[in-house]
Amino acid sequence: MAKHRLGGQTIKLENPPCILSRATIVGKKEGQGPLGEYFDVVLEDSLWGEKTWEKAECRMYQEAAKMAITRAGKQPQDINYLFGGDLLNQIITANLAARSLGIPFFGLYGACSTLTESMSLGAMVISAGYADLVLCVTSSHFCTAERQYRFPLEMGTQRPPTAQWTVTGAGAFLLSNHMKPPYITHITTGKVIDYGITDTNNMGAAMAPAAAATIKAHFEDTQQGPDAYDLIVTGDLGRFGRELTIDLLKKEGYDISDRLIDCGCEIYSKDQDVHAGGSGCGCSAVVFGAYILRKMEEGVYKRILLLSTGALLSTTSCQQGESIPGIAHAVTIDMDRG
Amino acid sequence: MDVKQQKLNKEYQIYVQRKMPKSNLLRDCILAFLVGGLICTIGQAVNNFGKSYFNLNTEEASAFTAIVMIFIGALLTGLGVYDDIGKYGGAGSVVPITGFANSIVSPAMEFKKEGYVFGVGSKLFSIAGPVLVYGITASVLVGLIYFFVK
Repeated sequence: MAKHRLGGQTIKLENPPCILSRATIVGKKEGQGPLGEYFDVVLEDSLWGEKTWEKAECRMYQEAAKMAITRAGKQPQDINYLFGGDLLNQIITANLAARSLGIPFFGLYGACSTLTESMSLGAMVISAGYADLVLCVTSSHFCTAERQYRFPLEMGTQRPPTAQWTVTGAGAFLLSNHMKPPYITHITTGKVIDYGITDTNNMGAAMAPAAAATIKAHFEDTQQGPDAYDLIVTGDLGRFGRELTIDLLKKEGYDISDRLIDCGCEIYSKDQDVHAGGSGCGCSAVVFGAYILRKMEEGVYKRILLLSTGALLSTTSCQQGESIPGIAHAVTIDMDRG
Repeated sequence: MDVKQQKLNKEYQIYVQRKMPKSNLLRDCILAFLVGGLICTIGQAVNNFGKSYFNLNTEEASAFTAIVMIFIGALLTGLGVYDDIGKYGGAGSVVPITGFANSIVSPAMEFKKEGYVFGVGSKLFSIAGPVLVYGITASVLVGLIYFFVK
């Protein structure tokens, strides 16, 4: 077995890279939520002065990337790789943003799991000595996602209680080989899990088995339990997906109910009419970047497990009756280099 | 898929179905009745107005009502109000002719950015299209039956 592998799905990074800098941009609704004060930029409207929502999302992506680079005192040409993606067809937001950023680019699609997917790959590249600086960026936009996956915005439809609200937001994270906490110490790559859920208005139920499987694999591979973490943070399971994950892990003998928080549950308040919570590539990116990392720097949390969760569906696959496969990738974020 | 996985899936699906909250059917029905009823009452008022004020006969008054109600539905969609009515009214705001106007105007607004041919032109009936296809097919069938039974 390779030197740094632990068990079936986890690696322990030989040279844990750090998160050198970060930036988060969110939409108006997210800015009005309970975490509003933590975000770097809050947009005043969904268009941000652009002609289309797609252009606005692309600009959020670019600006977040540039902000993270500038904050570390670097230039775009200093960055070795850009890993990133978004929710739109052909990850067009990430592609168009990479066109103007001019950084060697790997485009990724893991639906809403793209954040930890990009951080996993970026951390491996740095730890292996192939790069000094890697930028990981993801974004989503309520209006662009709605028109691609669902109905026009002005169409009068009712959403069921399990429906989620796509977060308008972009998060950028600059990883480097510096000695500056927090560090990425472990990576557990998820398998695609499908328990046959077909309801596109219930992504939480489709993703919960994947989240539970990755958490279980992580515990088994590292031979540690929930006690090793101050917090386990999932991306966008929503209120019901979170409960399902807790139940599924209880069956496996792990009780994480006291330390599992979900970014989709944290970003909006109950009176914001988002039903089960937030979702999207931007959801875990902005909550982790703005809120969780701030709390880690303040010393509230020392070691966390971050899992972005993705529902790997397309409009065609749903209409043809295909069930919704889920995936979850986990990274351990530690203030200690280990 | 092996039998064991199939059983596991079934168990999970049943469990999810039991655990998930259901939409409040009674509340939704009452709201749909009230909102749909209100829209139809307005429609009837327009109809009566057409008959008494413009001296329209029954057929003309129906056309007059449809024109006015479609205009109201389209206007409220453009003003960004109809989707809020839909959120509470559900079927009550979808079934009347104002809902039909909403289903045509909302994609027209949304897809204007893709141009007038491949945006507005091709997406205009993306939601109303199926309604037209099956509505017209059904009316032809009913018409045929009526023709032979009469």
